[in-house]
This record gives sequence, C-alpha cells and structure tokens, in this order.
Amino acid sequence: MAVRDPYEVLGVKKEATEDEIRTAYRKLAKKHHPDLNPGNKEAEARFKEIAAAYDLLSDKDKRARFDRGEIDASGAERPEHAYSRYRGFAEGAPGERYEFHSAEGMAPEDLDDLFAFFGRGQRGGGPGRGGGPVRMRGADLHFALTVDFLTAINGAKQRLQLAPERSLEVTIPAGVRDGQILRLKGQGGAGLNEGPPGDALIEIHVAPHPFFRREGDDVHLDLPVTLAEAVLGGKVTVPTPTGPVSMTIPANSNTGRVLRLKGKGAPRPDGGHGDEYVALRVMLPEGDDAALAAFLRDWAPKHPYDPRRGMSS
Amino acid sequence: MMMSFEAVIRLVGGLQETELRHWIAERWVLPESGAEGYVFAEVDVARVQLIHELRYELAIDEEAMPVVLQLLDQVYTLRRRLRVTLEAIDAQPPEIRAAIRARCGAEE
Repeated sequence: MAVRDPYEVLGVKKEATEDEIRTAYRKLAKKHHPDLNPGNKEAEARFKEIAAAYDLLSDKDKRARFDRGEIDASGAERPEHAYSRYRGFAEGAPGERYEFHSAEGMAPEDLDDLFAFFGRGQRGGGPGRGGGPVRMRGADLHFALTVDFLTAINGAKQRLQLAPERSLEVTIPAGVRDGQILRLKGQGGAGLNEGPPGDALIEIHVAPHPFFRREGDDVHLDLPVTLAEAVLGGKVTVPTPTGPVSMTIPANSNTGRVLRLKGKGAPRPDGGHGDEYVALRVMLPEGDDAALAAFLRDWAPKHPYDPRRGMSS
Repeated sequence: MMMSFEAVIRLVGGLQETELRHWIAERWVLPESGAEGYVFAEVDVARVQLIHELRYELAIDEEAMPVVLQLLDQVYTLRRRLRVTLEAIDAQPPEIRAAIRARCGAEE
C-alpha cells in the first residue's frame, strides 16, 4: 500500500501547530478506533494510517526530518500497537468477563429475549414488562479467584477482593479443580425494590506448581534420584501435597519408572483421595568424577545392552 | 499470561497506581484476586490499555468513560451472541438455513 502524506492523512496544513495536529488526530481516532468499530476492517486500516501519521507528526524531531525530506512516511507504522488488541479478546471467550449484564444487573428489554434464548435468563418474559414497581432479584456477579496449587488440594480460606473497599472471605473446598465455580449465595448485586440479592459466582483458577502436576484427582511428580539410589535402591523422601513422606525405591529402577503413593492425591467429593504418581529421573553427579569414569571404563556389563535398539531405521 | 498490579503499572506508560485502583473500584476493569493481590489476565491488560488510550490519547473524560465502556460491552456481548447464533444456524440442515435466509431477506 502506498504510504500517504501524513499531513494529508490527518487533514492538516504543513504549518499546523502541535495542538491542531493533536485535535485532528483525536477527531479521526475516535471515529476509526478499531476497538470502537468491531468487525470493520476498513476502520482498522484507516486507523493504522492515522496513528502512523500522528506518530510521525507528533514527534518534533521526526516531523522536522520528514519536512526536510530526510525520511519518508513509510516505516512509521506502529509495530504492534495496543489499539485493536482489546477487540481480539472481547470478541472471544475471554470477553465474557465484561459481559454486559453482569456489571449493571439489568439488561435492556430487547436483550432479555436473547438472554432467555441462551438459557441464562431468569425472567421468562412474564414479570417486568407491565407497569408498577417490580421486585427483581439482584444480578449474579462474576468473579475469578486464582488459588495456588496446594491450596486447591488442601483447601483454605482466601480473601477475595470484590472492590478496593469490599472483600469477602471465601472458603476454598479441598480438592477444588481448575475452572470450578463456587456460588456464594446473596453476595451478588442488590435486588430491585426489595428483591433478593443475586449470588457471587467465583470461578477458580488453579496456578501451576513448580513440580507437582494434577490430572483429575491424581498428582504427578518427577523425582530426581541419584545413580546409587537407582541402582541399589533405598529409602528417599518424596514431597506430597500434604507434606514429605518416605518411599522405598526398588533396586535397578530406571528413569521413567513410576511408583504410586496411594491416597496422596487430591481429595475426591466422595471422601476418597486420588494417588500420587512418582516418575523417577536418574541424575548423574554434577561435575567430573574420576572414580566413576575409571569404573565405567573398566566395567564389562554382565548383560550388554543397546538402549537404542528399537530405534534403528 | 497473568500480570500483577505492579507489572501492569510498569507496562502502561504514565498510568498511576491511584488511577488504576480507581478504575477497578468503578468496575471498569475486573482483574482476578489472587493470594498476593490483583491478577490481570490478557483481556484485563488490553482493557486497561484501551481505557488509558481513550482517556489520554482520545481525551474522553472521566464522566463520559462509563457510557463509552457500557456501550462497548453491549456491542461485544451482542457480537459474541450473534456469533454463537450464526454458528448454530450453520449447524442446521440446508432447508432450515434456506428458510432462515429467506426470512431475514424478507425483513430487509
């Protein structure tokens, strides 16, 4: 695309003052801002041009160099400007956080039908349309709460900031899963005309742990072991979500061997527990070890083996 | 990619802490609450940047901001729903799609 003269793009004269340029930019930007024009490709292209022109002309140095003909208007395009980024999220699932009904507790009448159609409407079309004061249940407010990995397994109380001056203590049930929603009755928006308050719906996000992974109710862990522990076996201490436990490694345990610690996973709703699966990873000692090297040089394996025999192509 | 309150302040040049707190209090931005304070998802960070730009580059004042945001939220909510509806129509047998098309055309 040919790059147009930035003065022309903003519709200002060569001798325009900084104020005039800013005013012209604002006027055009308000009209063509991509986040304010979702789905309009033309606005996006136009806005890029406007922003690039403004970037050039609002920078005294660049503008002077452009006026002297030292640089042209190309290459001034904003690389990945934040404009139009919001739209990308708002159009998809992440935008649901800013779903219109949640903040204000009421939707315009014509939206009601749509909401009902989507199975979220609480008013099936009956009350609310006629005159007179209508008691209306308050809106459900949606929140999200990030809890750390161990809290999700063991449970805890955690404070949820609803607004800077309003917080709530939330009991995180042990074993809660990522994406689970907790409903706190009556903690949502106030009702209309003495209608009951709505609920607070809290979506739980579980933060990852540096070494535990969760799969369903089971917990997985990679456990580094020394060469001696792998060959000779022995007792080692293994972290679990409820604290370290002692585990016996059988002799001749290779990397990848998985041992199960029964009942050391996350609590289940039925009162049971998942298991912890411990995958061994044999680690050589750090740095040179002359004795080890000498031993291996002289060592003739009793069962010679080729660990790559399955890989010949 | 989640970001802390401080990281958002560092990212958005010229944004003051008190201002971001005010936006949260007004519920213009809805970050999550973690054990160590607010946690901003990408959509929240983009929204902070948008509000900051609306406020300072486009000079939309404090009074007008809620109106702008509310309208934006309505537009995006409707667009998300419209997309779901269109996907649902797409999944219908051809004769139903044709009937819907005819009906929509007739109303134009």
